[in-house]
Formats: sequence, C-alpha cells, structure tokens
Amino acid sequence: MTDILQVDNLSLSFGGIRALNDVSFTASKGEITAIIGPNGAGKTSLFNSISGFYKPDSGRVVFEGADISRVAAHRRAEIGLARTFQNVALFRGMTVLDNIKLGGHGRLKSNALSAMWYLGSARREEMQLRSEIERDVIDFLEIDHIRNQPISGLAYGLQKRVELARALAMQPKILMLDEPVAGMNREETEDMARFILDIQEERGITVLLIEHDMGMVMDISSKVVVLNFGEVIGSGTPHDVRANPEVIRAYLGGGHDKVVPTLTEEAAT
Amino acid sequence: MRIRDFHQSYAHDEAIWQTPTSRLWLAALFIALLLFPFTANGYIVGLACVLGIHVIGAAGLNIMTGYTGLISLGHAAFMGVGCYTAAWLGQRGLPFYLTIPLGGLVAALLGLVVGIPSLRIKGLYLAVATLAMQFILVFVFREWESVTGGVRGVNVPNAELFGIELNNDFRMYYVIAFFAVLLLVGARNLFRTRIGRAFIAIRDKDISAEVLGINLFRYKLLAFAIGSFYAGVAGALLGYFYRAMTPEYFTLTLSIFYLAAVIVGGLGTMLGTILGAVFMTLVPELLRAVVSFIAQWAPRAVEVLSPMQEIVFGLLIVGFLVFEPHGLVEIWRRVRRFFHLWPFRA
Repeated sequence: MTDILQVDNLSLSFGGIRALNDVSFTASKGEITAIIGPNGAGKTSLFNSISGFYKPDSGRVVFEGADISRVAAHRRAEIGLARTFQNVALFRGMTVLDNIKLGGHGRLKSNALSAMWYLGSARREEMQLRSEIERDVIDFLEIDHIRNQPISGLAYGLQKRVELARALAMQPKILMLDEPVAGMNREETEDMARFILDIQEERGITVLLIEHDMGMVMDISSKVVVLNFGEVIGSGTPHDVRANPEVIRAYLGGGHDKVVPTLTEEAAT
Repeated sequence: MRIRDFHQSYAHDEAIWQTPTSRLWLAALFIALLLFPFTANGYIVGLACVLGIHVIGAAGLNIMTGYTGLISLGHAAFMGVGCYTAAWLGQRGLPFYLTIPLGGLVAALLGLVVGIPSLRIKGLYLAVATLAMQFILVFVFREWESVTGGVRGVNVPNAELFGIELNNDFRMYYVIAFFAVLLLVGARNLFRTRIGRAFIAIRDKDISAEVLGINLFRYKLLAFAIGSFYAGVAGALLGYFYRAMTPEYFTLTLSIFYLAAVIVGGLGTMLGTILGAVFMTLVPELLRAVVSFIAQWAPRAVEVLSPMQEIVFGLLIVGFLVFEPHGLVEIWRRVRRFFHLWPFRA
C-alpha cells in the first residue's frame, strides 16, 4: 500500500485563530480515508488547504511524491484532485449535463476560435466528452432522468449526487468529499455510500471523506483521522479510533468517565 | 406543437436547431433577412442597420456581463476604440473587411488590459473600474487629435468591395447583417463548448470553477477580450455606417444603453440579446411614430407628447423588469412552451 497523499505538519491560522496546528496524515492509494471531528475542528480548512484555496503558514502537501504546496488550485485540479463542497456548489444557471461536462474542462483543448465556429476539433472533442460522461458518470450514478434539468429545481439529495458526478467527470486520482450525506435520509445515505464504495472498488480512486454520519464512516472507510481544535487527536482503523479514549472525550466532552467505558465496550463488541 | 423531436445520437441532442420545424423557421428568417431591404423604405433600412450594430454590441456585453458576470460600464468606449482604429486604418487605404476585424482586435487587446483588475475586484467594484476606463477613453478620443480628430470628429472612408462603393444604407445593410449573423452564431457556439461553460461557471460560483481546473484569471481576461472584440466590431461598423464620428457618440449613455438592452432582453441568453437590442432600438422609434401620428390631428399635443416619449420608454423598461425579471426572452419561452404542447394541452 503506497501513500498517494501525504500531509506534513500543516499549520494554518486566520488572524489569531489557529485553524490547523501541525496536522499530519497520509492517505493510501485506492483506499477510503475519513476525516472526522466535532464542528469547527478544522476539517474543511484541511480540505481547503489540500485543494489549494488556503495557503498554509507552514507544512506541506505531497501528492504522488511531489510537493504541491505552492501549486495553484486550478492546477491541482488538473493533476488529479477533485472535490465536492459541504454546501452544494453547483452552477445553478446550467443544466445537470453542463455541470457535469465542466468536470471534463481540463481534458479538453479547444481554443476560442475553434469553439466559436464549432469546428472539427471542438465538435469532436465535445462529442467524445459527452459519450464519456454518459457512460462513466451519468449511467453509473443513475441520474440519466435529470440530465437536461436545471439545477435549481432538483431535490437536495440529487444535487449532492450531481456534484459527485461532476467531480467524477474529472477522472480524478483523489476524490475529496466534504460531507456527502449531510442532510440526507437513510435511504439516500445508503445510496451514496454504495456509490462511494463503487468508485473506490471499481475504479481504484482514492477517497478522502469528511463526514458526521458515524455509521457510514465506520462502515466504508479503511482509515479514520480524528481532528479536534485543529489537531490530529487520533488515527487508525475505524475499530482503533472508536476505542481511543481521547476521541471519545472530544466527542462527548470531558468528565463523562462513567459513559466512556460503556462506549468503549460497546465499540469493542 | 413540437414533433419529430426524437434524439438518436448525442450530436443530435446537442444541436441548436433540433427539429425540422425549427430549421425551417431558421431558413425563413435567413431569407427574410436577405430580402428585407428590397421591401422597406430607406428610413427603415437605416434603422435596421443601427439595430444590427446594436445587436453585435449587446452580444459582446452579454458575453461579459450576462454569461461571465463581469459588469462593465465601459462598453461604449470599446466601441469607440474599434471605430477610431477602423477609421485610422481605412484612411491609410486598408479595405473595410480588414479594418473592421482589426478594430475589434485592438479593442480586444485593450479589453485584456482593462480586464486585469477583474481577478481582484468583482461586482460593483469592477463596474466602477470599467466606468473609470470609459471616462479615460472618451478623454483620449477628445484629446488625441492626430488620430481621432478631437471633438470635430473623424471621417471614415467609404467601404468598397469589388469596386462597388458601399456608400448607402442599402449596401451597408448587408455588411452589417453579415457580421451580425457571423458573430451571433459564434457566440451561440461558444456556449456549447468548454470555454462558454467556463464563463458561466465563473459567473455562478467561481470557487467551484477553480476546483474544476478553470484558470479564473485567464478566462475572465478571455471574456473581456471577446466582449471587447464584439464592441470593437460594432464600433467599426458604426463608423462605416455614419461615415463620420465624434467622441460624443461613445459616452456613458451608450454604455448604459447596452447594459439596459441585455438586462431587458435577458442576461446570459443570445436570443435575449437580440430581443433587448430590438426593444431598446425600436421602441423609442415606435413611440416617436405614434406621436407624429397623433400630431396629424392634434398638432398642439406634440408639445406635451414629445417629452412623454422618454417617460413612457422609461416606464416600459421598469415595467418589463418588474413583471419579467428574467427578461423578454422568458416571455418568448413561455409562449413557445405553450405552442409546443398545443393543441394537446393548452
């Protein structure tokens, strides 16, 4: 198992607030790594640092052996980092299909002139993208019935799925999902979990996952990293993490000595 | 009634004109455009020329503001750049079919420069930055007398093709129509491809656009360049149409006129661009015609009615914005939807 992504001693502060403090972890190629922690623990800040929106004060992000800490966000997308957002960040003025097509942006080459006359190369490239997307993304995520609908009319669960589709259309090496099942009901959550597992198992894409739904996290991830107040307080297999007293304290607060043993016991069974 | 709309290939599904009926209408429109000058009097043909120029100008602004979300208050100034470039080159003997694209190109280059702040500033702040450019450029038009002729203006030589002087509205109509159709088709195609999608993505959610690998700076500059190119071409055509031009034409008022046209027509749609330009160009003319019609019977009413024109025009704009914020194009779409289902469901 090789590490495709490595985060080394990442620190980030906004004014006087330390969002991330000396955070280090690795994600293995082709596995699902979950990042959990209470609200405000710095999970999304960590994602933003990895995808290049935030410039960390110190530390580095290593992707496939290369330090990408100074690479611009849009370049990181081109080399294989895709992500979704906590609050759906789709383009509301476009149809589902156009949103997904944007995932293929980096792979297309046509320039303004050939685009304006829809000349041979531009047309061919667009048609190829269309059939790729239909085959690999739209059919796969079962959203063919809404492909020509505008985003604004879609149910929330479907919007989340379209956002996943868009990220998948990038043919990424790492897929970073920020709370993919937040606000979903049980059935939608199970659908999404199945898609994420399929993406990892069938396509070998490494998944980085932020999620509050512990059931899903424990079920599908092979490694869990726990953040609290911007620091890593535990990491390991779901089983280890569940038994980690530090983690339990972070979730339930201190002074719950009576509860802690029961939870650990329960986790152990 | 929409029939024969069964798509069997992706190419068909992505076509702009999808049904035989719509292609038939397109052909009819094309023929009508070709024959129109033969059926109308000189005044109407002149009006059609101005309308064609406004359509091109508004299309450029819609690419920038409607599709990419970059508000510009300096569109008229870029038209001026195109106009003066074409005039200057034309005086040195270049034919119009070179000076017009070159006018667009010079405007596009300047658009690149003006677009640079757009990475840092957005929305109203960007609007103010382009407003500054508007005033600076008009100042340049007034003062750089060796090129622009200053306030006295500049003469644009007649366009000439195969020895035929394009010296009247009838002949200029075809030049303008050619460029208008070409540039509208170009704009429409642009939004079927990656570049157009990138523009809309930047407008809708720039953060998302960035994680998809879209270089915001490059695409914002590209939008400025393309929008300014359209403005430059429109300006150059204006020069050939009027054959003389002064800086007074390219003021803030004209920039606002274009902004109003794209908002009334519908931001981010090419059909809206056309409808908006038609509205802004023809409605004042229509009101004037109504006033002169009434004046035949009540000559003294003109004193009251003439200033009323402006007020009614303003009210119409406000009215359309209140009742259809998505622009005239939305009204058109509603009508079309109705007829797609008619007579099966009314």
